[in-house]
Formats: sequence, C-alpha cells, structure tokens
Amino acid sequence: MKNYKTIVLANQEITSGTFRMRILTPGFAGTVTPGQFVMLRPALALPTLLRRPFGIFRVGCLPAECDGLPAREYLEILYKVVGEGTRILSELHQGDRVELLGPLGKGFDLGVPGREKILVGGGIGLVPLFMLGEALISRGDRVRLLMGGRGRDDILAVTEFERSGVETYVSTDDGTLGEEGFVTRVLERKLGKYPEAEVFACGPMPMLSAVEKICRGRGVPLQVSLEAHMACGVGACLGCVVKGVGHSETRPRYLCTCKAGPVFDSSDLDWGKAAVSKGSCAEGGCK
Amino acid sequence: MNVVRPSLAVEIAGIRMKNPVMPASGTFGYGEEYAPYFDLGRLGAIVTKGLSLNPKAGNPTPRIAETTSGMLNAIGLQNVGIEAFLADKVAYYQNFDVPVIANFFGNTLEEYGEVARRLSDIPEISAVELNISCPNVKQGGIVFGTDPRAAAQVVALVRKSLNKPLIVKLTPNVTDITVIARAAEEAGADAISCINTLTGMAIDVRTRRPKIANRTGGLSGPAIRPVAVRMVHQVVQAVKIPVIGIGGITCARDALEFLIVGARAVQVGTANFIDPGVMPDIIDGLEAFCLEEGIADINDLIGSLQL
Repeated sequence: MKNYKTIVLANQEITSGTFRMRILTPGFAGTVTPGQFVMLRPALALPTLLRRPFGIFRVGCLPAECDGLPAREYLEILYKVVGEGTRILSELHQGDRVELLGPLGKGFDLGVPGREKILVGGGIGLVPLFMLGEALISRGDRVRLLMGGRGRDDILAVTEFERSGVETYVSTDDGTLGEEGFVTRVLERKLGKYPEAEVFACGPMPMLSAVEKICRGRGVPLQVSLEAHMACGVGACLGCVVKGVGHSETRPRYLCTCKAGPVFDSSDLDWGKAAVSKGSCAEGGCK
Repeated sequence: MNVVRPSLAVEIAGIRMKNPVMPASGTFGYGEEYAPYFDLGRLGAIVTKGLSLNPKAGNPTPRIAETTSGMLNAIGLQNVGIEAFLADKVAYYQNFDVPVIANFFGNTLEEYGEVARRLSDIPEISAVELNISCPNVKQGGIVFGTDPRAAAQVVALVRKSLNKPLIVKLTPNVTDITVIARAAEEAGADAISCINTLTGMAIDVRTRRPKIANRTGGLSGPAIRPVAVRMVHQVVQAVKIPVIGIGGITCARDALEFLIVGARAVQVGTANFIDPGVMPDIIDGLEAFCLEEGIADINDLIGSLQL
C-alpha cells in the first residue's frame, strides 16, 4: 500500500447521482487484489476532514501513444453522492488534487477453480465485483453477475461486465430495467440450477442478510464485502468493527472491517440482529 | 554553503527524544499499523493504544462520526490487554531507536496499580502515560480525571507501583484544568499530557438518533485546537513539570502553537487517520521553521509566547 498525493484524470456522472472517477496511481495495479479498497479525499478539503473508503472498481493504463504523454496507470471508483464528502468529490475536475491511500484490506479469495461463480451486486455494491469477475474469467471460471437495484438508475456498468465475459442478469424492484423484483429471487433460481456454485456478494445490508440466509440454507460458500464507517482504514482507530461469529454481550468479538475485511467469509460473521452498523455507510460506494 | 541543521531534541521527565513529535494514544494502534507508511524511527516517541489489565472489547457500533473539522469517537478503549501486549507487541519496539510510552488505564484503583507494576518490569517501555480522562467508558478513568482528590489518589498509587517516568493525561471536561494538573503534580506526576477529547454529541436529523451508538463521544481534530492551546497555556503556568500538548494538530504550524505556549512536546491524533505520513511531515516542517527563523535549538522556541 502507498500514500498517494495525486490527481484526478476524469470524473463523470454516469447515472443520476452516481459518478465514475479515474485517478492517476502509478505502480498501483500490480499490488491490488480484487475486493480491496482505498481511502480518498480531495486535497485541501475544508468542509470534510477524514478520507472516505471506496471499493476499487477497476485498474488500467493509458497507453503512451494515446495523447503523446507517457503511459499512465490509473484506478477507477464508482460512487453515489450521499453526503458532504461525496458531494465535494463529485465537483472535482481533471487535474484536481486528491490524497489516496491503498490498496487496503483483505480482498476476495477466488475459490475453487472450475466451480460456477455467482456474483451478487446491489446498486453501488457491485463496485468490488468487477475486478473479481475479470480475475475469475481470466482463470477460466464461468461467472454470472446478478445485478439488483431499486430502479434503472441503480444498474451500473453491466456492459463492462458483459464485455469482460461475465453473463449478466438484471433485476429492479420497480421493474424499470430487467426482471421486476429482488435480486435474491434470481439468486434462488440460479442456485437451483447450479447448486455447486460459490457466491460473492456486495450491497446493502438487508440484501446481504437475505443472500446469506439463502446460501446458508443450501450450504453454498459465500463471501461478502462489507461497508462501514472508517476513520483510518489501517486498523488503528478501531472505528469500523463488525460482530464476528460467536459474539455475545458478555464475550464481545469485534473484527475490523478495514483489516480483517472488507471481504469476509460469511461464516466468520455474526448474522444476528444488527450485525453491522445501522445504515452501514455514510457515503455511496464506500467500503 | 553548509547549513547547520537545528536541534529538535527535547527531554520530558528524563526521556530524551530526537524531536518533540509523537502520536496520541489510540490514534496509532500499537505502531505497527503505520510502519508501512514511514520509518517509525523518525518519531520523538511512540505512544501505545491504551492498555488495561484484561482485554477490552470496546463499545457497540457505530463508533465514529465526522463533524465539522473534527470527529466524534466512542471506541470504548478496545485493546488486547497487558498479557497479549507483552507477549505479542513489545518485542516489535526493539526494531526502533525510539522511546516507547505505554498508555494505560484501570477499572479500579487496584487495577491501575497492577498494570503499573506489570509495566515497570518491561525494559522496552521508557515511560507510561496514565489515562484518567477517557470520556467514553465509565471505567476509563474520567471519574479520576474530573475530581482533584481522586486524581491525586490514583496518581499517588501508580507512582508507588511504578519505577518509570509517569505522564498523566488530563481531560478537558472540567471547569478548571489547572486544579487537576496541580493535584497530579503534587501526587508525583513527572509530566502532564493535555488534552484528551471533549465530550460531544452528533445527531442524524433524518432518523433523529445520535450518530454513534454510545450517544456521546470524544470530539477530536482541528475543531478542538484553540481549546487545547488555551488549556495547555493554562497548565504550563500552573505546574513546574513538563507539559505535552495535544489537540487537533495537523501540521507543523499547529504544533508550533503548542510549543510556543510552553508545551515541551506534542502528540498528533486524528491527523494520523487523515494522512498516515503526517508526523514525518510535521517533523520536517518544524526543522524548516527553525531554519527560517534562525533557531538553532527548538528548546529556545518552547515557551516563547509574547503577551
């Protein structure tokens, strides 16, 4: 991991209230595992103080011949404008300075080679699944993305998943895009067809709880990427803890989302009432 | 032309430090969390997360919330406990030529004494910082930190149990901090750290609920710096022992304010969360300031306030 003082290469609104930011990060791509995250803030951000955690959507490199400049490595995040921090980020332009720490945390375990892989993304929660999909496809696994959202504006980057070789299935609560209904219904159907699959999920807590229940009931391995309020991202502030399996009032067992996660094997977590911070996340797209 | 580098070395209660910059307890883990970002050997001292006799799980979540130029936290002194600290953490400090200050607290007077005794035997620990000021748990010492008689009692007990320099960390959540500072000095403190966080509260206006589960938390960050500078200034006038200034330091200029009012060293807290490389930047900034101002020894700057 590295502490970058770097610049924004691009920052565009892709659907209403959701942005894609490309950030210059030399040397970053070779160090990142799918599912890891970064801590980011604009330089000189006066109204906000702390960096915000964001899942890494993808990494890439602008080739040298592109515009006469040398080759430039970058990473991309997708984020929803929710609070003050993401609002300020959304107003940044090409060339604006940002401070970025990463890659941080524990990413996904790619699971058993050759087994069916099902990715479940809820809204902005699909962010860490793209690099995972790429890694699994390049290994030769068959990958399906079940993408859910409240409406069509919540459905992101589906074309990019398809281009990388992932089969995609879209569902929206209001039926404005894809199948009408919860993504968990699609998951149940797919698991009926591919009972040997491994599942990887990221999204709002109610969705993750429902996915966990379905997978547990069928004995399907599940990894989840969690979101939490974070101050430091490196395990020092202990602000982002979640309840681990075996947690009780008398014998508390807290795990740092930033260090032990953000990706957890679902069997390591306590899925009882309010396992994770209520509201889960202050800003869109963050870990 | 050769430029003579100014001396940044300071001494607090017999602890020699190559510069006056160290982390504030609870914002730097046990040190190893930040080792990937800079050479910990550059610090004036390392200050550990607060230790207790038994491991402590901490408070329910959410534990943190950002506020205007600050943050609220109610971590609840989560820590591995003294046994695990001695078994797993202490040896790591041998890798660095830096004094280590162990911050600690107890649930009871007896526990304070017991942890002090255990820390006395550890050669890697140069000094201890006695926390009588955590606002987030009833047993975090705040009871001792807000009453001069109780403060004197716990400081005297720890002083008897301990064979190392004793720094006492004070809470700002009192009417007159100088009363507590003097009580700690008279009871045997070798130095004072001030301030800990200010008790605060933040509300989610949509849910009408407090933003952190503990309802109230400790406010830190730049928002509290003027309060901290004022309190350090007051305490420096009130006691003869050295004072370590803490509160919202994010850059060398902030640290200089504390040194100028008389703090012998500073601790950097919340800023570590914002930028893990902030402490080396502050050390470089102090050196640059001394060069610009023609100050050969940073001790000449300490307490140079003009009124």
